[in-house]
Amino acid sequence: MRVKYVLSEVLVGLWRNVTMSIAMIITMAVSLTMLGASGLMYRQVDDMKDLYYKNIEVSIFLKTDVTDAQREQVQGQLEADPLINNVIYVDKTEAYKRFQEMFQDAPDLISAVKEDSLPPSFRIKLKNPEQYKNIYDQYKNTEGVEEIIDQSRLLDKIFNILTSIQNIALAAAVVMAIAALLLVANTIQVAAYSKRREVAVMKLVGASNWFIQAPFVLEAVVAGLIGSLLGLVALVAAKYLLFERSLSALDGLLSPITWGDILFIFPLMAGVGGLVSAGTAWITLRFYLRV
Amino acid sequence: MIQLEQVTKTYPKASRPSLDNVSVSIEKGEFVFFIGPSGSGKSTIIKMLLHEVAPNKGRVVVNGKDVTSMRSWKRPHFRRSIGCVFQDFRLLPNRTAYENVAFALEVIGKTKAVARRVVPEVLELVGLGGKEHRYPHELSGGEQQRVAVARAFVNRPLILLADEPTGNLDPDTSIEIMRLLDRINRTGTTVVMVTHDSNIVNQMRRRVVEIESGRIVRDQARGVYG
Repeated sequence: MRVKYVLSEVLVGLWRNVTMSIAMIITMAVSLTMLGASGLMYRQVDDMKDLYYKNIEVSIFLKTDVTDAQREQVQGQLEADPLINNVIYVDKTEAYKRFQEMFQDAPDLISAVKEDSLPPSFRIKLKNPEQYKNIYDQYKNTEGVEEIIDQSRLLDKIFNILTSIQNIALAAAVVMAIAALLLVANTIQVAAYSKRREVAVMKLVGASNWFIQAPFVLEAVVAGLIGSLLGLVALVAAKYLLFERSLSALDGLLSPITWGDILFIFPLMAGVGGLVSAGTAWITLRFYLRV
Repeated sequence: MIQLEQVTKTYPKASRPSLDNVSVSIEKGEFVFFIGPSGSGKSTIIKMLLHEVAPNKGRVVVNGKDVTSMRSWKRPHFRRSIGCVFQDFRLLPNRTAYENVAFALEVIGKTKAVARRVVPEVLELVGLGGKEHRYPHELSGGEQQRVAVARAFVNRPLILLADEPTGNLDPDTSIEIMRLLDRINRTGTTVVMVTHDSNIVNQMRRRVVEIESGRIVRDQARGVYG
């Protein structure tokens, strides 16, 4: 009977002040969606880093007029270098072939470039991509070397952008969470006020504190859980609209977010939504009911 | 049953203490009036017995338990042994007489079956047989106070505290309520009543403790209002 009483009080409570309940649930949902999105991006960025940094290369371009002796000397040095995993030599013909492949949609560009004008290069993989600076210092003044380019510099820029998007989502989640907390506190105050007579009688006849507080706290928790469910729906919709449709062209570029990832992030959203609302409600009641 | 030992209470910002070195001992089964003008400190005593207000000095013992040192989480269980009636009845307007009394049982964990057995019995006892399903606004003031007494007594408390229970009632109705409290007292329940209704005190001829400016000025076994 007591469980049934508490549950029916929760539903009555949410319904009594339905506009406020809806406002509370919506802010909660937006905040939790942002939280979930930022969590997903965190995984996404991690996966992408693994994928890209593993395949990253440093290109050492040689002067077009490099002599065979110079080239062999550089190759010897590179192959003996303990920082380097492996070395591939791309000669002029190979470079032109790659160039043709890369720009096959732009035949004008291809016909404008002579086979002979592309520089030969070494493509090297570092044991540790962070040690690019050492390689650069060591080889930049070597005879026959024209330029050294590190692909990870480009990736860093891309990842910086992704990280800031993620931080913005997280900040939005926090700001919305503050709004949600204030709404929860307000809703609980209104609920406690509208039940002040019942609460006074319960305190008078010696109802236990948990029994007095439970309907209010659960009301907030239910709102938090509904909010997290709506957040889940929003993430599923976002995945469907973004990844299955508009961004599907970038399929190979972005590591995919699976449905599993989204289901994995849901307990986090529900947990944060439920616990934060419960805590807020409980603290509000301590001030407001003094139980 | 109830001991106040040299109890002093000064509310914050008050110029003089509400209770000043008050000592009273009340035995099991007694019926005691606390009388005195408004602001004399009578209601502070009721609040102390309910563990709502703590004394600054002295000791309050209720039912063998030292209320002074009681932790607040023990308060709910402690209150179950005390019934309480007020001037303003404090009934729930959207519940019937039966539901008001049953509510008090159910929120302390009694089942609906227990309520169905006990509530009609106690409503009969207070003289409301047949009016179980009336709402408070359908009852007279005296009848509402009877519901409040039924709610206070349904759990068979050892002590019944009454804070000006007749303050809102006309003289005839007041006397009926007093007869009811007297009957409850005869079952062995200790009754402590705060009032400034001289008529009632004079008619009942029970122990009277008079308080003035926070001090006991009279404690008489079969007293009158004076």
